[in-house]
Formats: sequence, C-alpha cells, structure tokens
Amino acid sequence: MSWLETLRTGWDSIWSHRMRSILTMLGILIGIAAVILTVGLGLGTQKSVSASINSLGSNLLIVSPGSATSTTGVRGGFGSASTLTTSDAEALASSLAAPDISAVAAEKTTSLALTAGSANWTTSVVGTSPEWLTVRNRTLAQGAFFTAADETNRSAVAVLGSETATELFGFQNPIGQTVTINNISFQVVGVLASAGSNASSNLDDQALVPMSTAANRLFGGTTRNAVSTIYLQARSADLLSAAYQEAQALLLNLHGITTASSADFSISSQESLLDTATSVSRTLTVLLAGIAGLSLLVGGIGVMNIMLVSVTERTREIGLRKALGAPPAAIRRQFLAEATVLGLSGGLLGAGLGIAAARVVPHFINSEIVISQTAVAGSIAIAVAIGIVFGVYPASRAARLAPIDALRSE
Amino acid sequence: MLDIAEAEPASGEVITLTDVRKTYRSGSIEFEALRGVSLSIEQGEYVAIMGPSGSGKSTLMNILGCLDVPTAGSYLLAGDDVSEMDEIDLAQVRNRRIGFVFQQFNLLPSLPAWRNVELPLTYAHVPRDVRKAKSVAALEKVGLGDRIGNRPGEMSGGQQQRVAVARALVSSPALILADEPTGNLDSTATEDVLALFDELHQQGRTIVLITHEAEVADRAGRVVRVRDGQIHSDRITA
Ligand SMILES: Nc1ncnc2c1ncn2[C@@H]1O[C@H](COP(=O)(O)OP(=O)(O)OP(=O)(O)O)[C@@H](O)[C@H]1O
Ligand SMILES: [Mg+2]
Repeated sequence: MSWLETLRTGWDSIWSHRMRSILTMLGILIGIAAVILTVGLGLGTQKSVSASINSLGSNLLIVSPGSATSTTGVRGGFGSASTLTTSDAEALASSLAAPDISAVAAEKTTSLALTAGSANWTTSVVGTSPEWLTVRNRTLAQGAFFTAADETNRSAVAVLGSETATELFGFQNPIGQTVTINNISFQVVGVLASAGSNASSNLDDQALVPMSTAANRLFGGTTRNAVSTIYLQARSADLLSAAYQEAQALLLNLHGITTASSADFSISSQESLLDTATSVSRTLTVLLAGIAGLSLLVGGIGVMNIMLVSVTERTREIGLRKALGAPPAAIRRQFLAEATVLGLSGGLLGAGLGIAAARVVPHFINSEIVISQTAVAGSIAIAVAIGIVFGVYPASRAARLAPIDALRSE
Repeated sequence: MLDIAEAEPASGEVITLTDVRKTYRSGSIEFEALRGVSLSIEQGEYVAIMGPSGSGKSTLMNILGCLDVPTAGSYLLAGDDVSEMDEIDLAQVRNRRIGFVFQQFNLLPSLPAWRNVELPLTYAHVPRDVRKAKSVAALEKVGLGDRIGNRPGEMSGGQQQRVAVARALVSSPALILADEPTGNLDSTATEDVLALFDELHQQGRTIVLITHEAEVADRAGRVVRVRDGQIHSDRITA
C-alpha cells in the first residue's frame, strides 16, 4: 500500500471517529498552546527587564549612597543626608584621577509642582550636568540641552520630558515658554525625545535643570550639595572594570575610608544589574515552562489513553486486514499515519492558538509575550512523538498476532 | 457472469494436510482441538465440512486459510509448504490465493460496501481506479450493484454476507474458504449465497465450506465429517 493510500486510510478512520479524534487533538492542542504562552511570557518578562536596564545608558556605572553589605543589605548614609555630594561628582569627572571615566552626571532628584499658565503638574525635578544627555544615552526632540555656561551661571533653564511638556503645554511649542517651580520662573530650552518607561520610573516624565540652579535656588539648606545618584560612563565596555576601580579608590579616598567593606556608597554596573535581573526572570521562565510542560504531559497522557483504547478496540480490524492480506508493515504504517496526522494537526493547531494568544493577550495584561521557536518546535515534536509511541507501539504489537487471534479479540 | 479464464485448470492438489495437530493453550490448560488430520483437496473440488459443535471445524478452516498455524504436521498449499513461509509470504498467500468468508461477515462498519470489497486489492497494490471497477463488478456479481455505497449497518445480514463473498472473490483467488457462511442467514438469503458458491464452483474454483445444514452440504460434491478433532468420514456425494 502506498503512503498516499495509507494516509487516505488513516484519514478515513480519523474521520469515522470524529469525536474521539477531536478530543485527542484537544489534549495536545491545549498543552502546546500552554507551553508556547507560558514560555513566551517568561521570555517576554526577561526581555523587558533587560530592555529597561539597557535604557539606562551604555557602559554605565551607577554610584548610590549607602553601602550594600552582605549581612545588612543597604546601609543608609548619616541621618537622612546623602553621603554623595556634587564635589564627589566633580572629582570623578577629573580625567587625571579617573582617566577611564569619560563622562559623569550626578542627579539630585525631588518631586515638585510645575506651573505653566493655568496648567499644574507634579513631577521629578532633576538637577544634573550637561553630560547627562550622553551618559543616559538620551536625545532631544526639540530645542537644546542646557550648557556648561548655564551651570556656571545658575541659569533658570529647564529641559522637559516629552510627557511633562505635553501635560504643561498641550500642543503648543514649549520652547521659550516659562514654567514656574518653587516661585522661580524657568525658561524651557529643550524637550527630550521619548524613551518610554523602565521598571522604576517613567523616563518621559521629568524636568531637568542645571545642578547648580537646583542646589542653590531650588533646594538650598545644608543638604544642598548632596546628590541622589552619580552616573559614570566608562570610555568603553572593556574599561568598565578599570573605571569601577578608579571610582571606588577615589571615593574611598575622598570620604576618608580605608577599607572597601565599610564604604558609605555602592557602585553597581549595568551588567551586574542585568545579570541579577536575567537570572531572576530566567528562573521564572523555567518555572512557567515546567508548569506548561506538566499540562502537556497531562494532555499527552490523555492522548496515550485514547490511542491505547482505540488500538485495543481496533484489534479486530487489524486481524481482518491481516486476514485479507495486509503485511505487518502496512498495519504499522496505517497507525503511524493516523498518529502522525492526529499529533501533527493537534500540534499545529495548538501552535496556531498559542501564537494567536501571544498576539492578543499582551493587549490585556501589562506584559510582553515572546514566541520561542524552540518551544513551538519542541512541543510539536513532543506531541507527535506521544502520538507515535502510544498509537504505533500497541498497533505494531497487534500486527504481530496471528490474524485469527486478533480477529477473535473483543 | 464470472470470468472463467481467471480460474486455474481443474487438476492437481490444492490442499495437502498431513497429520495436522493444533493444541490451544490457555494458561496451564491445554486442549488439543485437532488430533492428526490428514486431508487432500483437489483443484476444483467443492467440499463441505460438517461435524458437531466444538469438533474442530473452525480450527481446521483457520489453518487452511493461513489465519493460524498448526502445532504439528504439514500443510502444503498448491505444493508450497506453508510452515516455511514468513509473515510477508503468508500475507501474500492470504491476499492472492485465498478468499475467506467468515460467519460473522467481518466487514469494516465505517466503510461503504465497495471500499470493503476493495480491501484485498489495496494490499495487492492495484491502482485505485482498477480497484473501484473490480469491486463494483464483484458487487454486481453478487447482486448488489445498487448498494455499492451502503455501509454494512445499512444492509441486511444476507446482503452483508454477499458483500463479504464479493470481497472474497474480488482478487480472483483459486481457493475460497467459508466458515458457516450461511449460519446467520435465513433461508432466502442462504439460497442467494449458495447460488453464488455454485456458480463459483462451476467456474472451476476450489471451495471449502463449513456447515451444520444438510441441504447446504448436499450442494457440495464431497462431505468431510469431523469429530473430536479427527476426520470421522470423508464421502464423495456427487
Ligand atoms: N483460542 C482458543 N483457545 C482455547 N480453546 C479453543 C480456542 N479456539 C477453539 N478452542 C477449542 O477448540 C475446540 C474446537 O473449536 P472450533 O472453533 O474449531 O469448533 P467448531 O467445530 O468450529 O465449533 P462450532 O461448530 O461451534 O463453530 C473447542 O472445544 C474450542 O473450545
Ligand atoms: Mg466454528
């Protein structure tokens, strides 16, 4: 019997047991769709976490006040004051003391109310230096960033995030307009290009002002020189660890601390953040895939059950076909064709459903789903393998019976 | 009418059984259903096998049809020793040389009549259009030309058995074996089926059938009586 014949015979018997065939396929289908979705969800999380870390900038080191110790976690600075200051940032910017650091941007962030005409909007006001744009890897949509001269002159100029600009000025051009913060009128000189949001903050909703202006005119007081974060950019990815060493040595020296373990600051690299985050989300993916794998297994057991029952039921048919002259190979091929058609169509439908759901579901949950080709191909292969093993194995055993014994079986 | 040229000339021994034994084993219990059966059947003979229930008729028939193998003894089919054949040879023998009619019809319920009839041809690698033509012709011969698309469930017992006969003769085998082909049929249906066998016999085919009924046996030229797994009598009646 040719393969085409065999397929036709297989299709006939699938069709004549429609309900059973559909149930068999359903088991496979649901299992595969679940695998694709859950693996995709895990991968999506992984991707969005690394994307948000990458959005911080490139070749970045992040210096935060307080220390990360193995026993107590993060230790705060003295009182509520930050242990990092603008002079730390200035020292780090020196190309003599830290030759491998190409740019430094300190940030001093506070939430304040902004007023423009009748519009009111509360957002993060960030005092920083002109290097910020390079270090944080951002671009401007309109206007220009403030300059070193603005920094020196403590100019009342501001650069707005794109959302902040829209909230305050609607569709008007914000450049040259005035925005009031703490009763001081700032002139808007630029608007940042949109960068979306990362895990911790909305990158498009902030107002940037020169550090000197922020320290002296907006905040004042004894903590005027404290900063919340210093971002350092290494000259290249290869020099990241050299830059790390230089920054640590310099800051320890400036703070008069002799051992690195008692440092009142901590330096983390983007890479280390990424590693931690990736390993967490990878664990999540594995966990999800495990659960999905279980559902595929349950589906598979259902399929095995249906296949075994159907082969047992059809032992008489096998006997009859043998009595009419079917060699054992033809019987095996018939069941192989049936199992493959069932497994494959269940698998393909499941993959279709999974992929469709992966397109639709992200509109309802706040999470990306990445379709993994490995998961798709792997789960289809498993489905087909289940069909073949549990459809063909008992059938080929039945094919070895003497025709009369197969015919007699009930 | 059937094509006489397809049947082999009426000479030579088709079946030669020598001291055939068959022992059934279920668990530790052994039962010897055939205890040394020797039997020769010539080409073109019409033989009826009779005997009480449990005497071993079906056991004998299954061995003749290569559906089962003897425990001991030899079976030559047209001179070829069946015990020396492998699975594939046996499948081919069942496919090309023997047409088997079962008491229980044994039709596949999901297939229409002609698809049931064409099954032996499928395993003989006959092209599809030829298969269809031959199965329709076979169904016409058994008087079911208007039922080719019916499934077994949509036909009477007599019609189903005629489909089974059509299936047995579609590949023009020289030997037709029938295990109580009329056992489940009423007298009119029995008459239809027996008329078919008469015709096949007239065309030179060898026919062996099992029956309990004397009027069925009367049509055969030879009656073999089996009792307790042995041949009790063997008479030429015509
Ligand atoms: N598969 C089997 N296992 C064990 N014993 C069997 C088996 N098949 C048949 N027998 C026994 O062998 C004996 C002969 O059985 P067989 O079917 O050949 O009888 P029979 O002459 O065809 O009877 P009937 O006229 O009722 O069909 C019986 O006693 C039966 O119980
Ligand atoms: Mg019997």
